Amino acid sequence: MNLFCIGLSHHNADVEAREYFAGHVESDRALRNCGCNEALVLSTCNRVEVYAASEKRVSTDEIARCLVRDDTAHRFAPPFYRYEGEKCAQHLFRVTSGLDSMVVGETEILGQAKKAYEAARATSAAGRYLHRLFQRAFRVAKQVRTHTEITRGAVSVGSVAVDLAYKIFGDLQNCKVLVLGAGETSERTIRALVSRGVADLRVSNRSPERGEALALAVNGRAIGFEQWLEQCREVDILITSTSSEVPLLWQEKLAPMLRERIDRPLFIIDIAVPRDVAPDVNALDGVYLYDIDSLQSIAEQSLATRRAQVAAAEQIISQHVAEFDEMITRGLNCPVQSSEHPTVGIVEQGG
Amino acid sequence: MAIGHTALEMRGGIFRPMRFNFFAVGLGFIFQTAFLSIRGHALGRCPITNLFEVIVFVAWSIALFYMLVGPGYRLSLMGAFTAPLVVLLQLFALLAPIDKPHRVRLRANSWLEFHASISLVAYGAFALACIAGVMYLVQERQLKTHHLHSIFYHLPPLTDLFAAITRLLWWGFALYTLGLISGFFVGEPLPWIQITCAIGVWFLYGLILQGRYLHWFAPKRVAALCIIGFSAALSLLWGITFTAQTHTP
Repeated sequence: MNLFCIGLSHHNADVEAREYFAGHVESDRALRNCGCNEALVLSTCNRVEVYAASEKRVSTDEIARCLVRDDTAHRFAPPFYRYEGEKCAQHLFRVTSGLDSMVVGETEILGQAKKAYEAARATSAAGRYLHRLFQRAFRVAKQVRTHTEITRGAVSVGSVAVDLAYKIFGDLQNCKVLVLGAGETSERTIRALVSRGVADLRVSNRSPERGEALALAVNGRAIGFEQWLEQCREVDILITSTSSEVPLLWQEKLAPMLRERIDRPLFIIDIAVPRDVAPDVNALDGVYLYDIDSLQSIAEQSLATRRAQVAAAEQIISQHVAEFDEMITRGLNCPVQSSEHPTVGIVEQGG
Repeated sequence: MAIGHTALEMRGGIFRPMRFNFFAVGLGFIFQTAFLSIRGHALGRCPITNLFEVIVFVAWSIALFYMLVGPGYRLSLMGAFTAPLVVLLQLFALLAPIDKPHRVRLRANSWLEFHASISLVAYGAFALACIAGVMYLVQERQLKTHHLHSIFYHLPPLTDLFAAITRLLWWGFALYTLGLISGFFVGEPLPWIQITCAIGVWFLYGLILQGRYLHWFAPKRVAALCIIGFSAALSLLWGITFTAQTHTP
């Protein structure tokens, strides 16, 4: 039995090509018809992959045709990669562990792989080979996440802000957030905070219409621009992103308000350029000021840390690949010799 | 074990909180309990008759409070901070020539034993508050300077640490007050220096708590005061034990 994977990902194909080969409801049946005993389509925004087991070799072109909705409009000759045997297992283990993702260490792919597997199992498209392959892949992903720091730290400005807020306040459900300026980045940051339970949102903008629109969009309430400073007495998180040419907040302006809230920290996220908050505000007790550069620097630092963990993750994966290969050879009573797989590790270009 | 394990994992860029530190300190706690139990049976009283036993008892109280507070507040990394203090105290107790039998035969006095032991258990709570204070300052500094090290991701949020500090201060203060009150029922005169020092420590922690609730001190100052307070309390404990050799139960 040949165990193989054919696919396209963000590494080698643009979004148009990935959309074109994204698969369809009939893909499973088509894959069986073209000779696959077992087949599973993993289709996400960054990749389209087919994992399959077949008695005889099924060409990449045949698989590609099964993924296209309208065969007559076959305009692409994309660089499909193809991995067989243990290289197929290695690739899947890397995918589920987040090593092959656009953002190294992201965990969403694991959930997507689990969904794809469940769907294939429900329709009996996945049999004992894919079952063992995917069960092992989920185990590997869990082990990689537990034994390395591949998922550590946030890698986008919004998620860094949320992580920092958590490290200051813990539970964010009771945090009061004031958004000053209704920019796109501040909206993304608010949405990230809302996803972590923030419920009390106040939006203040020079143009009340935009402020109200954002408040409505994030289920918050609009505050008059002349009242924003007064709100600093109550709020826990202040997000500023106005287009002001001069700072709106500085040490002498904020200090008197802090005396009334000495035991409550204030987290200021200044994503405006030029900055809305003077840097000396960070020197005040209980105030944690982060501008766009410091947030981006933390995101880059996290990404570097994740990349530094790749080697450790690869080591875990290679152990599992060897074990899986041996298990397939013994457990499924299917002698798999490396000589039987002349294409092991070879990436076919152009299908 | 806890220190080595945490250092190794941190160096490798990995730290998995929870189990190891808790069990390492837990194992140490079992050995300490066994030692104190054997010693207590041999003496026929609570084993706090000399500086050596007092230090072991304080180390035991610290481990006890860590086991009570650590899991509740998800402060597993506290084990890595607690372990060095316990190890230092134990090492000092073992290496310094302070395990000297009492010169005079001590009469059994249950109030005196209660007073001394409950005060030392309070020291355990103060020690943990000091450790939580160190953790708070480490985390706070990282947040202020924007330099986030591996430990940042494993330390609890500032508000959780501050809540733990407050609770530990209350526990310590309540137990210490109980110890202080029980001292009046001992029924024999205690050295004035011992009484003054004990009241001094009580005032110090009372001031920290008062300052915390009246908003005199920001959380960062409270954390720093916990460290200063425990250092002072530990020095005073040394003084009390040293000067009151003939009066210690």
